[in-house]
Amino acid sequence: MHELSLCESILRVIEQSAAEQGFRRVKTVWLEIGQLSGVEPEAMRFGFDVVMRDSLADGAGLEIIELPGRAWCMQCSREVAVRQRFAECPDCGSFQLQVTGGDEMRIKELEVD
Amino acid sequence: MCTVCGCGEGETRIEGHDHEHEHGHANMHDHDHAHHHSHDHHHYGEGPAHAHAPGMSQSRMVQIEQDILGKNNEYAAANRRYFNAHGVLALNLVSSPGSGKTTLLTRTIDDLKGELKLSVIEGDQQTANDAERIRATGVKAVQINTGKGCHLDGHMVGHALESLQPDDGSVLFIENVGNLVCPAAFDLGEAHKVAILSVTEGEDKPVKYPDMFHAADLMLLNKTDLLPYLDFDVQKCIDYARRVNPGIRVLQLSARSGEGMASWYQWIRATRQVALIERPDLAASA
Repeated sequence: MHELSLCESILRVIEQSAAEQGFRRVKTVWLEIGQLSGVEPEAMRFGFDVVMRDSLADGAGLEIIELPGRAWCMQCSREVAVRQRFAECPDCGSFQLQVTGGDEMRIKELEVD
Repeated sequence: MCTVCGCGEGETRIEGHDHEHEHGHANMHDHDHAHHHSHDHHHYGEGPAHAHAPGMSQSRMVQIEQDILGKNNEYAAANRRYFNAHGVLALNLVSSPGSGKTTLLTRTIDDLKGELKLSVIEGDQQTANDAERIRATGVKAVQINTGKGCHLDGHMVGHALESLQPDDGSVLFIENVGNLVCPAAFDLGEAHKVAILSVTEGEDKPVKYPDMFHAADLMLLNKTDLLPYLDFDVQKCIDYARRVNPGIRVLQLSARSGEGMASWYQWIRATRQVALIERPDLAASA
């Protein structure tokens, strides 16, 4: 997808946070990435190292918390787990699903010095 | 480096945007830095070092809880406020390369420019060829070259608006970079994403690239004049599109032969009336 530009957005948030909170170095970054967000964690790790080079997060660790895809099945009237946005209900096979979670792309927290 | 919003020059180039933001910049963008509800947590004793001794240096945790695309969404929201205030209908045209997007756009402009005020933002990795093609029709156009980037973002479009200055009550077409993946996630402030799929592509593209067809409100199935020479199953393609987006509207047309274009124009006229809701004074003009 566009992991490289997402990493650039992450760096911008980190830099802004550093100015507000007064830290100089970032040791670890925790991200929450939903299974339906379209983000490839492996590409994210690769892009992260490249983008953070020579920044205040140079060499920082990246922890990705993967959040499962969830959807409401209209037929079953309950929440089910889905792996893809257009997948059918694993129980009844219906496509009448409303995605309720798993499209997150969030910076959760930082470990800083 | 742009002093107002901190944007680096990078590889992005916007025609007419010379990184001098003193003129009229403030009303285009909200550059106030939002408060992100972040606060430091000193987890003494819980830190990675498990250090309890007071005064001993240890790393601390900073809660961010912020959307990675939050910054883009702020720029997009500023663009959207601008469009609403000026009664501008902004359409974000997305497709894979070679779907006939620019041909569709130039034909649309030729057919509608007598009736509506139009302008165009062109996104491509390199060259200003497309903007030149559009300007040849006599309509205002600005080219954004994204360099390495695979999509337009809200920030680039905000800057392009400064040099483009679309007329009040006009229709703005934003031709995104030919790519069915990345532009899906980046809101530009548009009223609708319009996905263009040509019948020379696979009919299963909507399920191969679900995010884009999920995000689009309208799908234009282009090059239908070629259907007699292809094995493309139109109904199957529409079924696939509805599977990822039950509410998507589908119009079949050919920018080359002109068939079906009238429905697309009718959709633009109807959608424009909705864009004028905050500017009833402009509604009488067309």
